[in-house]
Amino acid sequence: MTRFLLPLAAFIVLVVFLAVGLGLKPREVPSPLIGKPAPIFQSQLLHEPGKMLASQDNLGKVWLLNVWASWCVSCREEHPLLVELARSGIVPIYGLNYKDKRDLALQWLNQYGDPYTVSVVDPEGRIGIDYGVYGVPETYVIDKNGVIRHKQIGPVTVESLEKKILPLIKELQG
Amino acid sequence: MNPALPFALLKNSHPQKISGLRNTFAGKQFILLLVFVLLSPLSWAKEAAPVAEDPVIEKRMLALSEDLRCLVCQNESLAGSRADFANDLRREIREQMQSNKSDQEIIDFLVARYGDFVLYRPPVKPATYLLWGGPFVFLLTGAGILFFYLKRRRKQIEEPPLTEEQHRHAEALLKENKGNNA
Repeated sequence: MTRFLLPLAAFIVLVVFLAVGLGLKPREVPSPLIGKPAPIFQSQLLHEPGKMLASQDNLGKVWLLNVWASWCVSCREEHPLLVELARSGIVPIYGLNYKDKRDLALQWLNQYGDPYTVSVVDPEGRIGIDYGVYGVPETYVIDKNGVIRHKQIGPVTVESLEKKILPLIKELQG
Repeated sequence: MNPALPFALLKNSHPQKISGLRNTFAGKQFILLLVFVLLSPLSWAKEAAPVAEDPVIEKRMLALSEDLRCLVCQNESLAGSRADFANDLRREIREQMQSNKSDQEIIDFLVARYGDFVLYRPPVKPATYLLWGGPFVFLLTGAGILFFYLKRRRKQIEEPPLTEEQHRHAEALLKENKGNNA
């Protein structure tokens, strides 16, 4: 009996491992920055190059940092959701315009709508490196103490908003 | 278009002149080809243009980034990847080397931002015990199974000694056999 049961058991174990492996998303590398203070940055505003925004200015409120670029195709996918979220006024969204050209970025916002309280520019991707950005779009949830609480890799979806981001924001604001 | 035509031309009243024309034409083509072949390495050199201002740092940077994973093309090293992201990180490593950071400091910098995932040699810690120890567990399990399997097989192979009765019976059969063959 064991002659058949053993290979069968081994096969089932293998299948389980492969099935779990199929469900994994190797593109989503967990960020070591979660639970850590958000890296400090200070950069020019996209709309007003003469003005600067420092990340510390946002201390005391819960905010989203959305990394986007006009060349980023999947940013278009999440953009309507961000516009809607911004309109609801639940949480301010700050944009990090990553490795982009100012004129193209402004044109893009004109075309698709601007959900951002402000966007700061990161033309060389240096702020991006500090935040561990490796695939645009990425969205960070940052709490009142300036600590990163969540990182969404890839476009924000209805599901990720409802299941994770919005409940977390509610909790952090409460 | 007409396959007979060149032949007919060669056969006309100025065969030498025409074949001479043909020769210069082939010669031009050959020279042109030669020029292109000789020029092509120049175009390669242009494309590869390394930004190595400091060959020592460049070498150190490449050696270090050989062991680091590009998060965009995850099966490529930072040294080998042509992704924009890898380019930025190489620039970052280069700059940190120029400001006299040690390799370990640079690795710590990257791990703090991207996690252990950037390392092709993950550190030994509770989360990676299985990763590092797994192969040895498999080796020991395999060796154990082999040991018990061979032990059991030896038992199966060992012939039980014949009883007196079986012995006599066997001998009788052998004798009978001989008689038949003869």
